[in-house]
Amino acid sequence: MRDWRIGIDVGGTNTDVVVLDDELNLVAAVKRPTTEDVMGGIRDAMASALAQAPAARERIGYAMLGTTHCTNAIVERKRLDRVAVIRLGAPATAAIKPMVDWPADLREAISDRWYLVGGGHEFDGREIAPLDTAELERIAAEIDGTCESVAISSVFSPVDASHEKRAAAIVRARLGDDFPISISSEIGSVSLLERENATILNAALVSVAKTTSESFVAALAAEGIEDAEVYLCQNDGTLMSAAYAMRYPILTIACGPTNSIRGASFLTGLDDAVVVDVGGTTADLGALSHGFPRESLLAVEIGGVRTNFRMPDVISIGLGGGSIVRRHEDGRVTVGPDSVGYQVTTRALCFGGDVLTATDIAVAAGAACGVGDPSKVAGLDSALVDAASAEMARMVEERVDAMKTSAGDVDVILVGGGSILVPDTLKGVRAVHRPANFGVANAIGSAISQVSGQVERIFSLDEMGRAEALEAAKGLARDEAVKAGADPDTIEIVDVEDVPLAYLPGNATRVRAKAVGSLRL
Amino acid sequence: MRKLGVQAVEDIARGAAVMASGGGGDPYLGMVVARQTVEEFGPIELLELGEVPDGARVAVSMGLGAPTVLVEKVPRGTEPEFALEVLENACGYRFDALLPSEAGGWNSLHPMLPAARRGLPLLDGDGMGRAFPELQMVTWSVFGQSAAPIGVADERGNTMLIDTRDNKRAEDLCRGATVAMGGNISLACYGMTGAQARTHSVAGTYTLCEEVGALLRYARTNRVDAYDRIMERLGAVELFCGKVRDVERRTEGGFARGIATLEGLDAYRGSVLAMEFQNEFLMARRDGVPVCTAPDLIAAFDAETLTPITGEALKYGCRALIVGIPCAPQWRTAEGLAVAGPAAFGYAGVPYVPVEQR
Repeated sequence: MRDWRIGIDVGGTNTDVVVLDDELNLVAAVKRPTTEDVMGGIRDAMASALAQAPAARERIGYAMLGTTHCTNAIVERKRLDRVAVIRLGAPATAAIKPMVDWPADLREAISDRWYLVGGGHEFDGREIAPLDTAELERIAAEIDGTCESVAISSVFSPVDASHEKRAAAIVRARLGDDFPISISSEIGSVSLLERENATILNAALVSVAKTTSESFVAALAAEGIEDAEVYLCQNDGTLMSAAYAMRYPILTIACGPTNSIRGASFLTGLDDAVVVDVGGTTADLGALSHGFPRESLLAVEIGGVRTNFRMPDVISIGLGGGSIVRRHEDGRVTVGPDSVGYQVTTRALCFGGDVLTATDIAVAAGAACGVGDPSKVAGLDSALVDAASAEMARMVEERVDAMKTSAGDVDVILVGGGSILVPDTLKGVRAVHRPANFGVANAIGSAISQVSGQVERIFSLDEMGRAEALEAAKGLARDEAVKAGADPDTIEIVDVEDVPLAYLPGNATRVRAKAVGSLRL
Repeated sequence: MRKLGVQAVEDIARGAAVMASGGGGDPYLGMVVARQTVEEFGPIELLELGEVPDGARVAVSMGLGAPTVLVEKVPRGTEPEFALEVLENACGYRFDALLPSEAGGWNSLHPMLPAARRGLPLLDGDGMGRAFPELQMVTWSVFGQSAAPIGVADERGNTMLIDTRDNKRAEDLCRGATVAMGGNISLACYGMTGAQARTHSVAGTYTLCEEVGALLRYARTNRVDAYDRIMERLGAVELFCGKVRDVERRTEGGFARGIATLEGLDAYRGSVLAMEFQNEFLMARRDGVPVCTAPDLIAAFDAETLTPITGEALKYGCRALIVGIPCAPQWRTAEGLAVAGPAAFGYAGVPYVPVEQR
């Protein structure tokens, strides 16, 4: 029986691997440094995990990878593909040019050319202008050899995607069948700017996603795991196939916080809490509500770019194990936001370095048993240690309060390597939970990710009522989720949207529905 | 007189999204366009109504259409000036100052485009103190002023001059033009004197929007305190907190119409709130009983972040806080209610009761 699963989380600092058996018991957990080539770190961690649970090699049927590669590529503005941006809609939409609201350095890293071309549709399906095919042919020739990826967005493509598809065909005819082209109707819903932004980011991530997926498959093969179903984690806590991830890499953005929140829930058995994931540089706070991450349903920024994805509502503060602690001339003590990051194990005082970090404060305060060498921080001024400890607690308390939606006290679950920084009692908090294996919460979250089913179908409301049409779409989405491997008893509908198509006869409306459920074993 | 810089126009867009009762257009769009405009042309002059000379020539610059279209078919940016030129050619003179029609994420910002390009001042007032769906639903109508002549323009440079005998008919004709032109257009209308603008407008709407916008900015770090301060500033009443269960939405007759249904959370568990909208939220019924109706405002906020949610952004699963806000006093007169009371929106059987007295 291949009914065990291996969950992997590749973070900027560490690569974590867990193995769960068929009853979701944790049979192996490993943490290794992330390597420059990523693949090396994954293989190293996977080999160690399989050494802990030798039976696993024969039993693993599902391999799930949660990775921050795409997020980091955007945040660091590195490894991004050069994108030619085409918007179909002229003369409309000229008031806001593509990428105008982006951080300048990200825009420079991704694209130096955008085109506003005649085309696009009205809300009722009429053309704003005929598709300017001659201009698109000229553009295709101009971008040939100057970009690695193309993003095409058209006004009202959620109502009529034909201009986007024809434009993609024209570009493809010149640049080749395998040339990566992202079209907006496959990426997002109504709201041109947010959908266009997501489409451009998606186009910029194609190479990163390809390298990641291929490395993962190769690493599994090298460890002798060849028959497993291979998945990548999405930002909504569900899984997608490796092939799908290569086409829609934007969907992997922010799966880290989702996995950490769901992992924390799994480890504590709590369904409602604030999860604080403290890393080397930042602490991310997310709310766990009824066992799922609370989503931010409004526009979400990715690397400073506005999109309309459903993402966990996470706030980050500049507090991590490597945060630099300073006493200022006026006596104030500050922690962060700058950090020595992953170099904490060489540069912090307690590890023999010369930088006073948040970790040193925790060690000096006796809160970090087994970390570093306490004698190296024994000489620290106790007033400084107290002030810095109080400041760290205040930073967390303030943000926990912001995550609350009601005035009562909440439970807090601490995860991540830097969680030693946070004290056991916090104002406004009922109890602070530090689950065993908290360091691998993300990898566990990855291993217990859910599967989803999505449908998009046009219904004629002349033939059935709207309520009936929505129910029909939900039913189809449920069926799709079951086909993807979901346990029918766990399925929930997470999204329903209908877009009336005024240009089609019969009172037509397009309904999208998405269902998610736990993987059935 | 004062100048509106980038921070001010951004705050206005944010705050206007609250005062727009769910309509008025997307504040993000308004914010980006206004920021670009100020960066390109410099800060925009804002006059209090008391500062405008009696004989000044004042016009209203506004967008008309469905907000659902606006977020998808973003404007070209030249429409407001095209429309103003059409009106000026018909009148035979140039205007000295511009007014917005209403508070709205887009409509508060709309007159800034021609104002900045022309170097004209804006007046700190509007015709609603909120947003309403129809052209005649302004205090200027209550005082018997004509909307016409009206300059109309779309993004392709198609223009029209509309002349009508009454403002409801002006709405009908302009709405028809909106549909034919693709769902969103620019108008220049309600030409008036400085003296008329002073006595017939709702005063201080830009300043109010800016204050609310600044409080929303403050809410990013102090959510609970900011909520209390916003409620106090507006004299608002909390109506509901819940999760959106369904949004039935259609773009029809040049409007976004529909109904949003929310299931109660926390103190409202077990209750259902239905919000009916025609661009703006017009009627909120809790468990079937009206709790707020036009002309009072109904505003939706994201329950966690207090970000205002316009009608077109309301989606399945949103956790929203719904509040009722008393309208400008001009609307609570018999003449005001005749233009924008419940009956004007087809709720003939529902008497108007001020939201704070329900």
